[in-house]
Amino acid sequence: MAHAHPAHEGPEVYFQYESLDQQQESYTLGMWAFLVTEVMFFGALFLIYTLYRMKFHEDFFLAHEQLNWKMGGLNTVILLTSSMTVALAVHFAQKGKKAAQLTCLGVTLLCAFGFLVVKTWEYGAKGDHHLYPNWTFSYGHEEGKEHKVKSFWDDTLPQALHIEKKEMHGNPERAKLFFSIYFTLTGLHGLHVVIGIIAITSLMILIWRNSSLITDYVPTELVGLYWHFVDLVWIFLYPLLYLIPR
Amino acid sequence: MSATLIEQGTQEPGFKRNYLNTDHTIKSWLLTVDHKRIGVLYLIAVTFFFFLGSIAAAMIRYELTSPHGILLSSEVYNKTFSAHGILMVFQFLVVAIPAVLGNFLLPIMIGARDMAFPRLNLLSWYMFMVGGSLILLSFAMGGVDAGWTFYVPLSTISQTQISICLVGIFITGFSSIFTAVNFIATIHKMRAPGMTWFRLPLYVWSHYSTALVILLGTPVVAITLFLVVVERTFGFGVFSAELGGDPVLFQHLFWFYSHPAVYIMILPAFGVISEIITCFSRRPIFGYKFIAFSSLAIAFLGFLVWGHHMFISSQSVFQGVIFSLISFILAVPSAIKVFNWTATMYKGSVHFSTPMLYALGFLGLFIIGGLTGLFLASLDTDVHLTGTYFIVAHFHYVMVGGTILAYLGGIHFWWPKMFGRTYSETWGRLSAIVIFAGFNITFFPQFMVGYLGMPRRYHYYYTEPSWQFYHILSTAGSTVLGVGFLMPAIYLTYSLFKGKPCGPNPWGAKGLEWEHCDSPPITENFAEPILVMDNVYNYDPAADSAKYENEEVDMLGGRS
Repeated sequence: MAHAHPAHEGPEVYFQYESLDQQQESYTLGMWAFLVTEVMFFGALFLIYTLYRMKFHEDFFLAHEQLNWKMGGLNTVILLTSSMTVALAVHFAQKGKKAAQLTCLGVTLLCAFGFLVVKTWEYGAKGDHHLYPNWTFSYGHEEGKEHKVKSFWDDTLPQALHIEKKEMHGNPERAKLFFSIYFTLTGLHGLHVVIGIIAITSLMILIWRNSSLITDYVPTELVGLYWHFVDLVWIFLYPLLYLIPR
Repeated sequence: MSATLIEQGTQEPGFKRNYLNTDHTIKSWLLTVDHKRIGVLYLIAVTFFFFLGSIAAAMIRYELTSPHGILLSSEVYNKTFSAHGILMVFQFLVVAIPAVLGNFLLPIMIGARDMAFPRLNLLSWYMFMVGGSLILLSFAMGGVDAGWTFYVPLSTISQTQISICLVGIFITGFSSIFTAVNFIATIHKMRAPGMTWFRLPLYVWSHYSTALVILLGTPVVAITLFLVVVERTFGFGVFSAELGGDPVLFQHLFWFYSHPAVYIMILPAFGVISEIITCFSRRPIFGYKFIAFSSLAIAFLGFLVWGHHMFISSQSVFQGVIFSLISFILAVPSAIKVFNWTATMYKGSVHFSTPMLYALGFLGLFIIGGLTGLFLASLDTDVHLTGTYFIVAHFHYVMVGGTILAYLGGIHFWWPKMFGRTYSETWGRLSAIVIFAGFNITFFPQFMVGYLGMPRRYHYYYTEPSWQFYHILSTAGSTVLGVGFLMPAIYLTYSLFKGKPCGPNPWGAKGLEWEHCDSPPITENFAEPILVMDNVYNYDPAADSAKYENEEVDMLGGRS
């Protein structure tokens, strides 16, 4: 540009910006604006969850006992660790310490894969118990003891026995609703983890190759913001899905 | 890059470099990151989708000329009105003004060289095209019969190609989210020195409000439609009653976006009208801050009125009363704008040029559309009118009479800026009048037949043959309207090749895009850095010269 911005040392400024500050602020603001959208995206699902849990609290409590809170807890620890390492990566990026930055991003990446591995175990276990909320769904199969929950004979059972059974398993329709929401929420969150893995990997490759696209700490900060968001969604998901009080 | 551009400029004398002639290859258009070229790409795309949607509309109108139907079977009729609604709402109205005129003008109006994120801007266009292609693919594979609202349980049990169509809409939705992210970052961070918030043209304010609504509303409908796809594909039952869900919840979530979506369509139109009216009245806009903040008020209140779509959908009467009340309150900021535009014209020096005729048409139609909205916001009249052609007429008055007239007005206003050529004023004014007349003949009878009880989405009305009169009138009007829409398509295209080249400011308008920017603009928008010293709209009606460049044809007397 003939009229271009004053020449300066250091990071490249794209032609539409006047200064590096303006460029960095724009990128950060853009990312925050996108995260607002993401909050609304998950927010609608949280709303659906809240409404149904208020309405069918008992059934949701019984259904949530099928989830393994230890696995969920392990994943929470993994994600919190990754959040710390990604924050450190931003810190080292600002200091210009490339090796430390790459190490921290690498640990974050490992945590992300670890999360997915644990999640896959959990999903597999749900499949074994016929808890996928589709046509294979069958609620009440446990430890080989098979009984049909909604058979003609249920209605003729003595009242006490009927209640006992209901306490054990809840209404299968409502349980199916719970698992529908569980799989949608965790599935979408898992998709965000996968996108995060792609973003972190690309960032690491670009940093490794000293790409001209990475001239300052801002790309790392943007990936970091996104990763914190993914982490934060899980921080809400874990108690809502795994730790429903009686 | 700049070196090669300057070289080209020196090749032949008299050659003026601009964004259109820097490069002529197809590749340079498809890989462009220039906001102006992306605006032109959007212009071509939305015109294409509007054309397809219009064909569906013509089929609907033809079918309704007889009480027994003459053209389409019931299934095909359902698919036709669904196609019309889906294409017009998601592929035209929501994007038309922000993506075409907004992309082109927003950076220029705030004195920037480009959007904050030019590559994201191009990505939005590609996502828009992918989404549109998927929607068209679903039509080609047999169509969609659940209407543009996709109410559950019909949309979950329907055997038509709903899943593909919803994925298309989902992608188009994220395209507009990215556009909104771009607008917000651009307006916040890219303003030229001296361009304070209250020196921003009202056009920018209205696009800012629009971007906020897109950012907060679109993801909600995206996840809602996604859940319908999941329900159809995997049998997850969040909405479908037979799978354990609640269909009314779908309506709540759908309208939580789709009512604000009406403001996504109309707020940019308000911005266009503000620019046109103040320019052709030669007066500073009356009540600048009121108009600016009423845009934000509409964006905010627009999120609190979705329940007025559900007065008869098992909502409690108490909820109904609250939603009705807020809907009435929402009429206040819209009325503030209309009164301020009218006050701007008062004692101004009004020129009846083509864009101004479109703007005046907008005012008339928007007032009718807005006031009939109050009939529908009242609980008791709504029980009679809901689901009839009265609603169809109401939202066409707001969407077509409002958004499309403002869109065409804006296109006519900024056409010389976009392409550096003027069109025929005679044909322009004629088209504005034909569209206004054709529109009223089409949709005013629908108010009447709707009040008499004609339900929307029906194509038989043989129990009430007397309604045929209104339907034939409406179809006749839609023919006039179609001719009106074809006229700009012809003379604007003609002007691209044969139009008279114009200077940077053919209307004598104020604003960075007219006063500091060539027609068509250069790739960097401004030849020198911008420093804003004046307030916006410093027109002086007393100092108005009798004629401006584009006013040789004075069919309507020119001044009042």
